Amino acid sequence: MPADPKLKLVASTPAPQGGGGAPHEPSLYARREPVCPSKIDGRFRRFKWAVMAFCLAVYWGTPWLRWDRGPWAPHQAVLIDLAHRRFYMFGIEIWPHEFYFVAGLLIMAGIGLFLVTSAVGRAWCGYACPQTVWTDLFQHVDRLIDGDRNAQLALDRAPWTARKVTKRVAKWAIFLGISFATGGAWIFYFADAPTLQREFWTGTAPGVAYGCVAVLTFTTFWLGGFMREQVCVYMCPWPRIQSAMLDEKSLIVTYKDWRGEPRGSLKQAKRLPGAVGDCIDCKQCVAVCPTGIDIREGAQIGCITCGLCIDACDRVMGQVGRARGLIDYCTLDDAEHERQGGAAKPLIRAIFRPRTLVYLGLWGGIGLALLFMLGQRTRLDLSVARDRNPEFVQLSNGSVRNGFTVKLRNMEDRPRQVVLSLDGLPQGAIYSDEMDAAAARPALRFTVPADTTQRLRIYAVVPSGTAQERHFTFRLTAQAGPGEQPAQDAVKTEFSAPGDTD
Amino acid sequence: MADKRIDEPTGVETVGHEWDGIEELNTPLPRWWLWTFYATIVFAIGYVVVYPAIPGRHAATAGTLGWTSRGALDKDLKAADAARAQTRAAIAATPVEKLADNPQLLRAAIEGGAAAFKQNCVQCHGAGAAGSKGYPNLNDDDWLWGGDIATIHQTLEHGIRYPGDEQTRVSQMPAFGKDGILTAAQVQDVVSHVRVISGQDKPNASSTRGAQIFADNCSVCHGANGEGNRTVGAPRLNDKIWLYGGDRATLTQTVTYARQGVMPAWGQRLDPVTIKMLAAYVHSRGGGEALPPAAPAAPATAAVAQAR
Repeated sequence: MPADPKLKLVASTPAPQGGGGAPHEPSLYARREPVCPSKIDGRFRRFKWAVMAFCLAVYWGTPWLRWDRGPWAPHQAVLIDLAHRRFYMFGIEIWPHEFYFVAGLLIMAGIGLFLVTSAVGRAWCGYACPQTVWTDLFQHVDRLIDGDRNAQLALDRAPWTARKVTKRVAKWAIFLGISFATGGAWIFYFADAPTLQREFWTGTAPGVAYGCVAVLTFTTFWLGGFMREQVCVYMCPWPRIQSAMLDEKSLIVTYKDWRGEPRGSLKQAKRLPGAVGDCIDCKQCVAVCPTGIDIREGAQIGCITCGLCIDACDRVMGQVGRARGLIDYCTLDDAEHERQGGAAKPLIRAIFRPRTLVYLGLWGGIGLALLFMLGQRTRLDLSVARDRNPEFVQLSNGSVRNGFTVKLRNMEDRPRQVVLSLDGLPQGAIYSDEMDAAAARPALRFTVPADTTQRLRIYAVVPSGTAQERHFTFRLTAQAGPGEQPAQDAVKTEFSAPGDTD
Repeated sequence: MADKRIDEPTGVETVGHEWDGIEELNTPLPRWWLWTFYATIVFAIGYVVVYPAIPGRHAATAGTLGWTSRGALDKDLKAADAARAQTRAAIAATPVEKLADNPQLLRAAIEGGAAAFKQNCVQCHGAGAAGSKGYPNLNDDDWLWGGDIATIHQTLEHGIRYPGDEQTRVSQMPAFGKDGILTAAQVQDVVSHVRVISGQDKPNASSTRGAQIFADNCSVCHGANGEGNRTVGAPRLNDKIWLYGGDRATLTQTVTYARQGVMPAWGQRLDPVTIKMLAAYVHSRGGGEALPPAAPAAPATAAVAQAR
């Protein structure tokens, strides 16, 4: 919480300790001071508009993008199909055993936050964080219904008249509408959006969909409509981590006190030229702050570096005919440099520095590795588990049989003809548990349905005394269509026979 | 005691304690935090009312919802049964010989049989169905009574030498030594012969004498060359597989005292669908044989007629 300047004034004078005055008992619990930011326009505000429009468009629009995957797979461009354990992202399909791609993306997202923090400070907090975006949206609704800052503050203090009740109900209804749209959009990432929407409105959607919408509607309503900056100050771990990540070369919103102090009105400036700084103490920077802090007290955890105070100050400086940038993005190092009288450095210098480049290298390296693996991965997979009980079966003519649980994984969105064969067991033959032993052959042909793992029990039979070489290989070959690369996978395993010591 | 003071940089009062120079600001908690705390208390009261919560001498309070962990399990089991009902009905409606015509149904039957096997059969036949001395290995291709799915089903349903089931598989090997049919020397000669036809020994004088005794006493059931006879459950003797053992001592004991394995008639204990699933599972273990061509003339009665 930002400190009250009045308290600060008290603190700077010698505190009257033990002076016999009435003991001041502070309350254990503090009511939230309402934050009612003024309307503002400026380059950061416009940038914030653009980011908000982009983020909301991506959030609400993505599930409705279509992507043709042929007759065997869903046609939603981005689909997290938890029920069938598949992730679809445009042309990429992720199976559960490939989840490391998702883990890699999450690691990239983590390092990306480090990278952004290192390059441009708390830009994530200021512009792109959902809490920021939705709080911003809800604050616009505040202004729409209740009017600008002063009207909002007055209404907040006003008794509960019919007018206030009407306004509150109207505002909360809009909040609820936005929250419902927010919570409602979430579920479309997990099922076919048009189908689920139809089911949702006809009451035939799964219960978990309604539960999900209810929970997310409530959290959006509560966190965006009422908790707002308290989420950043009290709940979110990221500001705490960031305060450890920021250094003297990080971009932060800086009040250039060497230029602004001592503060004085225009009248004072006229009366005593040279005695007052550029700050006219108009408190516009405080009025527009969406978290309700006073940036002139320096860097603080409540500052999400959204730059709206820069817009406000620039406008005032323009009106009073002074240079813009009394409040501006600046690093601690540059601030010290300017305090000593140096010229302002271009901000680009703060972005390209070793620490940022190291993060960029890590981030890009992981990204390239993921892309490389994505290009290398096969869409045909064979896994083999040897029977342990019994390890082998002695047959009446002296042959020995081993059992294997074999999984044929066809990860393409079409059925495929595959051939399972043996390498390294010259006289061996195989058959599956759906066949008779008499039908054993060196190679078997199966049709694996589209996007399916086919589990089979495979029996391999070898005539007596021929299993000298214990290691052999199961090979799975998919029949290649015209103009295709033949796909193959092989698994090396062992053959057990009587007399094996291990 | 406490030396409260105003902290200069923040303007907030300290709590007045100091630990090695570290002080704590007396920042008030946000009010909503308090409300959240009250909300948890309300939730806890609600929970205690609707769910079992307070332990008593014999049982906990029941809660107005009447929830019990046994009830939850029961519900889950019922749901699982309901989910399986359709498959079970389909298996019930399909003759066991026809299961293979529907690969999906056969797969379901095999999986169900594997589960039932673990519950009912592993005690004798082993977890991998590999059997042990006296209990046949169900993975191999050697069957006492037959290895096609219908015959396996018949064996499962009516058992072997199981009292109380009229259709149970019955046959009896004479105790040649104990009952004085053969002398001890003759038993040894027959054993020699059996070890020769099973490829374990080379022909010798004893086995030559034994061949004649075998032809007179054993070939009726076990066949002239020891190829066995499934209609009476007489094991094949000229292969590598032994139920009790193919060494001289074990064979001597077998010929002297005979063997009478017993298997329960599972038709008395398990429902018909489970028995079908067990048959499918045993048949799938690798040794399953094809159905004899044009044989569905009620194998049950045939087996009874041919069993002595």
